[in-house]
Amino acid sequence: MYEQYYPIALVFGFAGALVTFIVLLSTFVGPTKVNRGKYKTFECGSDPVHDVRQRFSVKFYVVAIIFILFDIETVFLYPWAVLYKEFSMAGLAAMMFVEMLLFLLVLGVGLVYVWKRGALEWD
Amino acid sequence: MLADTVIILVKILVILLGIALTAGALLTFVERKQSAWIQNRVGPNRANIFGHIRGDKFKDSIKLGGLLHLAADGLKMLLKEDIIPKGANRVLHTAAPAIVLFPVLVGFAIIPWADHWCAGGLTLLVNHRDVCLSESHNLFSIADLDVGFLFVFAIASLSVYGGAIAGWSSNNKFSFFGGLRASSQMVSYEVPMGLSVLGIVMIFGTLNLNEIVRAQGDLLFGVLPAWGIFVQPLGFIIFLTAMIAENKRAPFDCPEGESEIVSGYMTEYSGLKFGILQLSEFIAVIFIASIVSVLFLGGWQVPYLYGDGFHMPHSAFFPLFALLFFVVGGYLIAVGVRREQMLQKIAGGLLVVLGLVYAVMSTTQANGVQHLPYEGVVLLRLGTMFAKVIFMVWLQLMIRWTVPRFRYDQIMQLGWKIMLPAALVNLLITAIILIPLFS
Repeated sequence: MYEQYYPIALVFGFAGALVTFIVLLSTFVGPTKVNRGKYKTFECGSDPVHDVRQRFSVKFYVVAIIFILFDIETVFLYPWAVLYKEFSMAGLAAMMFVEMLLFLLVLGVGLVYVWKRGALEWD
Repeated sequence: MLADTVIILVKILVILLGIALTAGALLTFVERKQSAWIQNRVGPNRANIFGHIRGDKFKDSIKLGGLLHLAADGLKMLLKEDIIPKGANRVLHTAAPAIVLFPVLVGFAIIPWADHWCAGGLTLLVNHRDVCLSESHNLFSIADLDVGFLFVFAIASLSVYGGAIAGWSSNNKFSFFGGLRASSQMVSYEVPMGLSVLGIVMIFGTLNLNEIVRAQGDLLFGVLPAWGIFVQPLGFIIFLTAMIAENKRAPFDCPEGESEIVSGYMTEYSGLKFGILQLSEFIAVIFIASIVSVLFLGGWQVPYLYGDGFHMPHSAFFPLFALLFFVVGGYLIAVGVRREQMLQKIAGGLLVVLGLVYAVMSTTQANGVQHLPYEGVVLLRLGTMFAKVIFMVWLQLMIRWTVPRFRYDQIMQLGWKIMLPAALVNLLITAIILIPLFS
């Protein structure tokens, strides 16, 4: 059961070591010539003003919240989709379909609500 | 256990270093060359093993058709100074490229490049599938997970972090906006991406990628292979679009948007770290190509090829097919007179050749069976998988260089207002159609 995840662990270890190695390589190879202007952040030639980490448009928060809702619902649909064939073969197709329809109805109402409230508008 | 570990490690080396990293690096060159041809330019062709030469001091220069640019670019990036801007978060700024590269590498773990090696012989053609009598542990993939696609889904979610962290840690407004746009766009397209695959999962009843590919060897109406693209055409379009958007390449490259925000979250990166950010994009192109091939193009399946060779289901129609191909191909050749219609002529010629093959087969292979040794079948399947991946990579590069960039609001509207409802409708239609088929 769990042994099929053993190769995955190895891949994680290998890939982790590889990316760490490459990033460290970039830190230690290559020259370091200190120059006062070089370490300024790029702002098309003018001096940077203000701190970067300020407040930003609320739309990004809204998208994040909507995403969490819909993504979780998508993941909930996966077990149902995997079992759809098996249950339908056993004669429970109508039950499976109506069940999913109710679930998607809730999802659809949510989408329509979000849409009507203008959360999906960018202008 | 030790022997297994060694085998797995060798496979990891071959697939991660050999396929992912090498092909990804190669793709940086291929893209520059292909874009050059699309735009009627020459493309990279100067890098020379003897360095830059004026005049013809050295008559023999070794250029390998520009392929040396790969080595030159890699060396250049390695030998550049790694600049971390003032006020940046040093740890996160360094970690971000690693966080970007890690998920795209890990994703390759579950791609099945061919069917599991069958050591104990096959019982042939039970219900259009060959069943192995004793399955060996020799897989043509690093891991064979039962959760299969969910793993891809999880890995795709992980890749959101890299861009966001890179943008936030750089202490640059352009980077910050790039990171915001990247994360927002990627999460938006993850929803249709997940929903569009549900149809495939419902039809085949499994999440295991190798099982999905096996099931795609079935035949629809006794002729058409049951590839994902034929049973889920809308799902294929939504999935491919969502994956390209996830990868933030044109036409969805607003997070980089050179004309607006310099280079997005990559603005403050230099040297090898910048190289990693670029390279992971190309590796992701290959990953997308392979996952699309596995889910929608039949993976390693060759139409009508089973464990012991080809079984043509429509041998009675061979003469008909031959006639059809002759007529259509001949028409294409006859019509394509101008020089610009060269492609038409080539297609016509290919069709005529195919017609010839069918004509020959209709006389020799009356029952439509052509036996092949098992090793040959496996090689053919491996080659088919690679051919499909290369085709999908080519398609993505074509899209990248021929479609103009969307505005950011268009990207978000497409994701939420068109692709999400379309994916839901696709799911509903699939469910309705499947009820009479399954019961």
